[in-house]
Amino acid sequence: MNTVVCMKQVPDTETLIKVQGTGIATDGIKWVMSPYDEFAVEEALQQKEKMKAGAVTIVSLGPDRAIEAIRTGLAMGADNAVHINDSAYYNAADPFATAAVLAAAIKNLQYDCVFLGKQAIDDDSGQVPAMVGELLGIPVITQVLKLEVAADKSKATVTREVEGGQAVIEVSLPVVLSAQKGLNEPRYASLPGIMKAKKKPVDVKTAADLGVTAGPATAIKEMTLPPARQAGKIIGGDDAAAKAAALAKALQEEVKII
Amino acid sequence: MPGTLIYAEVQKGEIKKGSFEVTSKAKEFGGDVAVCIIGNGVDALAPLLAKYGADKIYVVDGPEFENYVPEAFVQAFAQVANQVKPSVILASATAQGKDFTPAVAARLGVGAISDCVDLAKEGDKVVAKRPIYAGKAYVKVEALNDPQVISVRPNSFTAKEIAGAGAVEKVAVSLDASKIKAVVKSLELAESDEPDQTEAEIIVSGGRGMKGPENFKMLEELAKLFGPTATTGASRAAVDAGWREHSYQVGQTGKTVSPNLYIAAGISGAIQHMAGMGTAKVIVAINKDAEAPIFTKADYGIVDDLFNVIPALTAEIKKIKG
Repeated sequence: MNTVVCMKQVPDTETLIKVQGTGIATDGIKWVMSPYDEFAVEEALQQKEKMKAGAVTIVSLGPDRAIEAIRTGLAMGADNAVHINDSAYYNAADPFATAAVLAAAIKNLQYDCVFLGKQAIDDDSGQVPAMVGELLGIPVITQVLKLEVAADKSKATVTREVEGGQAVIEVSLPVVLSAQKGLNEPRYASLPGIMKAKKKPVDVKTAADLGVTAGPATAIKEMTLPPARQAGKIIGGDDAAAKAAALAKALQEEVKII
Repeated sequence: MPGTLIYAEVQKGEIKKGSFEVTSKAKEFGGDVAVCIIGNGVDALAPLLAKYGADKIYVVDGPEFENYVPEAFVQAFAQVANQVKPSVILASATAQGKDFTPAVAARLGVGAISDCVDLAKEGDKVVAKRPIYAGKAYVKVEALNDPQVISVRPNSFTAKEIAGAGAVEKVAVSLDASKIKAVVKSLELAESDEPDQTEAEIIVSGGRGMKGPENFKMLEELAKLFGPTATTGASRAAVDAGWREHSYQVGQTGKTVSPNLYIAAGISGAIQHMAGMGTAKVIVAINKDAEAPIFTKADYGIVDDLFNVIPALTAEIKKIKG
């Protein structure tokens, strides 16, 4: 079973965001693989292990530093990677343009499944999985919690999260699947894995190499920080019951929520 | 005059509140407000949309739309969009809306802007404000081409009753069945009528301080007292401990919510959690650790043992509600 995993390098979730122009100040940021993409890499590896055949290829759009996250994926066990290093595309931070270059890279590869995280935790757009599927002309199932691929690789049974529950879907392959938390427990890269990753092939491409000319479909006009929240009032009282009574009164009379 | 086309989402036989919210908002943009509703047996719901400003309602109705299957819904909606030729397409950014909107955009050959919290018409453009980094920052974004496809986070606007012309047109779409490669085999929905966290007006959330899964009953009981628009949530610590399903998680690797009231019980307030609920109108923190960072952001704080405070608060709310 051949799979492709689309992966993005993002600032660690601990990062305090500072605005610089229409982007963020990147000094001092610790960069990591987007957490949902870890589930995507793990699932691709597990499926390959189950089928005992095939290759896992990582495709990532990002600047030079993205190679670190790509190497992390290779150290987990992916076989090779395509690094789309094209500033016009990663700077645009536009889901449509991103999907266009990813889909163009994927078209050159052999695949039964394409995995992505359900969203990258920087831009939080969550659009790329559905757009990649559209551009490849294959079905997409988002927010996947469980995957079983038939032995003949003709179809898969997929459990996905829906509002207030789960749906079980049967879908033919090839298919695009976006990973939700709960799909699996991502492995850590082992030391031998890290050593091997250094020698695994990484193909560096530009959008032009991939024949993509589509520009961004959206433009960021402004980036701001939300107004800082001020600490409010600590409710005092003799005991928990008195404090709870004062809170209930405040919710009723001051904020009129009850 | 090209106007707005809205996707009205139906769940359990009812139109989602978020669909009404975007419909009445679209009325402010000028131009016709058209709505497309897709489902099985949904024609009776169409007139409701006129109450919130729909001038025209396109109804796509049939057994093949009983369950949401992206390809079928995208084909149907794209056909309506190609007929209407709107300059703006809006949908509510529910779980389904987030799945549907980017696929529709790509099918129409344009981009999309997802999960927006505010919209402003500037000339021909709708400038959309959306959170990034789970709300640690905001961007204003515009689409470069029409139709401008935008999904809007539930609760961002009030669903206002503004009468629209409400002309109903049944649309017979021709589905290319060969492209529908996914079939819903079964659908398991929880019995509860609790709203999704992203749509709830009140959330009672628990963290590591809850000590175990059994204690979340206490939060459920409190949430229930607040009525049908309330639900429970959890911090990442509580989810990672296996006490709550991930669908309850609020924060950077969970849901971003903006309820009117967020009660955080036993949640210390890590930056990732604060990002996910920082836009709540009122935050209440209950924690026995007076140094917990959540107190620096909370409107009301109680420094005490939540196992004493929550039952007492529940009793007080019961009294008020009679």
